[in-house]
Amino acid sequence: MIALAIIIGVAAGVLSGLFGIGGGILLVPALALVVGLDHVEAEATSLLAIIPVAAVGAWRQKSYGNLDVRSGLTIGAFAAIAAIAGVALVNVLPVEVVRYGFAALMLYVAWRMAASAIDQLRAEPDSTASDGS
Amino acid sequence: MASPRISQLAILGIATGIFSGLFGVGGGIVLVPLLVLWVGFDERRAAATSLLAIVIAASAGAATQLIYGNVHFVAALTVGIPAVGGVLIGTWLQQRIPVAVVQLLFSVLLVIVAALVVFQ
Repeated sequence: MIALAIIIGVAAGVLSGLFGIGGGILLVPALALVVGLDHVEAEATSLLAIIPVAAVGAWRQKSYGNLDVRSGLTIGAFAAIAAIAGVALVNVLPVEVVRYGFAALMLYVAWRMAASAIDQLRAEPDSTASDGS
Repeated sequence: MASPRISQLAILGIATGIFSGLFGVGGGIVLVPLLVLWVGFDERRAAATSLLAIVIAASAGAATQLIYGNVHFVAALTVGIPAVGGVLIGTWLQQRIPVAVVQLLFSVLLVIVAALVVFQ
């Protein structure tokens, strides 16, 4: 079981570095289903585990020349405060309804991201060489 | 490239925070597409900025959860240490994959998250 948790941990880190996400999408189920924490503990523990992962990812991106420190810090500060409002809203809004709206929005954004990516690939078919390292 | 204006950064942070608080999804899944589609960052710059924002937001969240006593340190280390190794691989890999391909893969990730939000 420990081996499985380690493998999922590595996978979560790879996703985090590749996409700029925290990796909670894998860490929370790993902590709940493999380690055996309850859902609240899994989310809380995932938050702690994510801090060094995101910090190391940000540090690597800084040395690759991709990090805008001012933007990252400012967005993070606003997000930390707004998350409190988000948690409070769960108790007020019809979350079941909002959930489908959010999923629909995600699908729309996925389509926009894909369309813009395909445009870039068509515009520069030779851009497969890396230019950021 | 100049930093976005403070008002734009505030809107990005507020949108990210509210959605992650509401649905328990990480901030990055909301923030990265906003940075790409609205601000015009490429996927590498968006991912880098998102990771730093996550450090701040996750620290605040983890501090709150520590007070409630919900954090398991050994479990955090068990997945966290391998994940730090993984993020070194992930960021290294990202510099070698064309940004448009990373963006395309990200749209697949969004579809998966949309499904998870509906079926959770």
